[in-house]
Amino acid sequence: MADWLERFALVLVWAGTIAVFGALRPESFLTWSNFSTILGSQAVIVIITLGLIIPLTAGDYDLSIASCLTLAGTVLAVLNVRHGVSILGATLAALAVGAAVGFANGFFVIYFRINSLIVTLGIGTFIHGITLWLGDQQTISGVSEGLVSAVIVTRLWDVPLGFYYALALCTAIWYVFSYTALGRRLLFVGRGREVARLSGIRVDRIRWGCLVVSGAIGGMAGVIYVGTTAAADPSSGLTFLLPAFAAAFLGATSVNPGRFNPWGAMISVYFLVTGITGLSILGVSTFVQDLFYGGALVIAVMLSQLVRGREERM
Amino acid sequence: METAIGSRGPGDENNRAATSPILRIENLSKSFGGVHALDRVNLAVECGEVHGLIGQNGSGKSTLIKILSGFHDPDPGGRVWIDGQEIGLPVTPAFLRDHGVSFVHQHLGLVASMTVLENLLVFDLAVDDRWRINWRGETQRARALFDRHNIRLDPLTPVSRLTPVERAQLAIVRAFDWVRRTRRADGVSGLLVLDEPTPFLPANDVEILFRLIREIIFDGTSVIFVSHDIDEVLEITNRATVLRDGRVAGTFRTASMNKRTIVHMIVGEHVDLEAMRPPPKLLGEEVVTIRNMRGGTVQAFSATFLRAEVVGLTGLIGAGYDEILYMIYGAAAAVSGTLHLGGRTLELADLTPSDALAAGCILIPADRQESGAVTTLSVTDNVNLPVLGRVSRAWALVSSALAENAAMLADRFDVRPRDPRVLLGALSGGNQQKVLLAKWFQTSPRLVLLDEPTQGVDVGARAQVFSAIGKVAEEGATVLCASSDYEQLAAICDRVLVFSRGVIVSELSGDRISKSAIAEACYRSA
Repeated sequence: MADWLERFALVLVWAGTIAVFGALRPESFLTWSNFSTILGSQAVIVIITLGLIIPLTAGDYDLSIASCLTLAGTVLAVLNVRHGVSILGATLAALAVGAAVGFANGFFVIYFRINSLIVTLGIGTFIHGITLWLGDQQTISGVSEGLVSAVIVTRLWDVPLGFYYALALCTAIWYVFSYTALGRRLLFVGRGREVARLSGIRVDRIRWGCLVVSGAIGGMAGVIYVGTTAAADPSSGLTFLLPAFAAAFLGATSVNPGRFNPWGAMISVYFLVTGITGLSILGVSTFVQDLFYGGALVIAVMLSQLVRGREERM
Repeated sequence: METAIGSRGPGDENNRAATSPILRIENLSKSFGGVHALDRVNLAVECGEVHGLIGQNGSGKSTLIKILSGFHDPDPGGRVWIDGQEIGLPVTPAFLRDHGVSFVHQHLGLVASMTVLENLLVFDLAVDDRWRINWRGETQRARALFDRHNIRLDPLTPVSRLTPVERAQLAIVRAFDWVRRTRRADGVSGLLVLDEPTPFLPANDVEILFRLIREIIFDGTSVIFVSHDIDEVLEITNRATVLRDGRVAGTFRTASMNKRTIVHMIVGEHVDLEAMRPPPKLLGEEVVTIRNMRGGTVQAFSATFLRAEVVGLTGLIGAGYDEILYMIYGAAAAVSGTLHLGGRTLELADLTPSDALAAGCILIPADRQESGAVTTLSVTDNVNLPVLGRVSRAWALVSSALAENAAMLADRFDVRPRDPRVLLGALSGGNQQKVLLAKWFQTSPRLVLLDEPTQGVDVGARAQVFSAIGKVAEEGATVLCASSDYEQLAAICDRVLVFSRGVIVSELSGDRISKSAIAEACYRSA
């Protein structure tokens, strides 16, 4: 019972948040269109968060994932708008660019044994420079309607398709984490690198692979982001990094407490967004976003530390 | 109970302070979970002497030092006097500082990336809130200090560039300088504790350290010298105390002592576990060959091992016998050499653990917490790691199949508690080790490498570990067991190779294997 409560405490808190805002502003908050907007528009943060938990599980940070997003978005827009490349081709190029950034991260982390925190911070800033250069520091609009339609315009059960892409990715990661040998190895690499190495796991390959995958997922987030806004903004995507980290750590306190897990991550994103949306409907100014995300990150890490501490005492 | 912890000693102690021992220990005991690591130890170190402390692994030497340095709390009842003044137990670092007692531990406590001078100043910076460090003045002071001891060290070199003996010199001089200054300031006698500073040094470097120790004694400070090495103790100490199984086996003047008697004291004559030795069994053909292995301390090691043979690798600390396992497994880099196993020949220089595993070789490392298993994951997760694809399908793990396998293994290896869902870290050392044996033995290995398989394993589980090792050998595996526990080697090995400074110095087999024979071979070689 206590175990069950811990696993789903976050869901309960989320439900409580909805109830409070619903009671305060039933006419604007408690509408299906409000929720479908939240579900659709925040798919980008969900995807970024899902990308983060992969290297996090293997014990590495990817601080470049948001820069990957903006780079991939800009590459897509430049190819599609300025060079007339088909939207499908441009999308594939964007994903490849994301994976390439992850590959570069992995190269420095694995070959030169540099802490991933430093490498991805540096590479992230570096590729942000490339993004600004590629896009002439401007927002590029006029991306093919096809993409916008496939992400935000077309709806299934009144929810934009973007949400379902995030859902599919979440399911895929959940399957790999829980039901494959690869997922188990990932966990061992993160929890005990030396144990993993001595158990014959190719630790370097796995860590490198995780960074490539998180880069590619960053690229995917870039594509979805362009689809959501119909334009590629070279900078605004960077603000997703902190909420994504907050959600990844908050998610690690629920569903499967003590482990980074995709469902927890997804629920956390929507919990945080619900809080912010509710407060802005109440008329609180936008600075609340920073208070909320920043506070959530620290509290989430503190909670996960408590969960882990208790686990070890058991 | 007549203890009065924290109170002064008997009055006459204070009056005789000048001639009384610098350190006196009475009735000191320490038990860990019902096992006595130290059992009513009495010890006195006279002013101005080098007092040796010698004994095997597990004899209680390190426990005693750890109590003196304040790391462990002793059991109630023990009393300790420094300079004739009784000290409250547990010992606090501040008390030691104020009474001129300083420690140099085996790992020296130097920060490799910082300079000699910065390392030298660590003690001062820890207690002194200075607003400005006079670097030029400190550099000169350091130079003067090194000159006084005839040490050629530039205060501005990073410690990472020093040779092992220079590092040891730096650590000892640093500790001694602190003692000397405290003595001047507070009029205390001063005591320096050197906890195994020599095992990784070649013989002529040891001589350099001994010169330094003699200078320290000449200055009036007393020294406790902890060591494995009888020759060193004979050379440098005035008196020595032998610990065995947590008790004092004897204290003697070294000048009137011979090596044989000391070995005898260290090893003791109580009944060995050898009674447990299995009858000689029929060994198989030659299946494992190592040629010309070099790397680390190991120099040109070649050997052939038989099917079903259990071979012990041993020596004194620093002899390099344990490095062999990690090089065979590809976990530590070998410079050269080949391993012939299961019809394949592998180059040791570019071997990886996954190659070794594929060839049927497994390793259970000594450091369980860091390298053996992940304590924050469950027994099920840990035990199934090498067989995920076999027990279940790699792309569709079936948790019931994994749980079943874990339960079956927990049963077979008698892991307690029997519930494999608990975190590995919640288990006792012995049960954790059983999980590791289960994890690897289920893969039917050809070559089993064990490093200190019963370290941190309670007495009850020891016998189970031994029988699991015996069984895997019976099923056809070759077992190499590196250990400094001679009793254990005598109980399980068909053959024992004794190493010193990276080469085999003695080989025992069959009836010649006994705890005391192994110990003698180890200590004679040093």
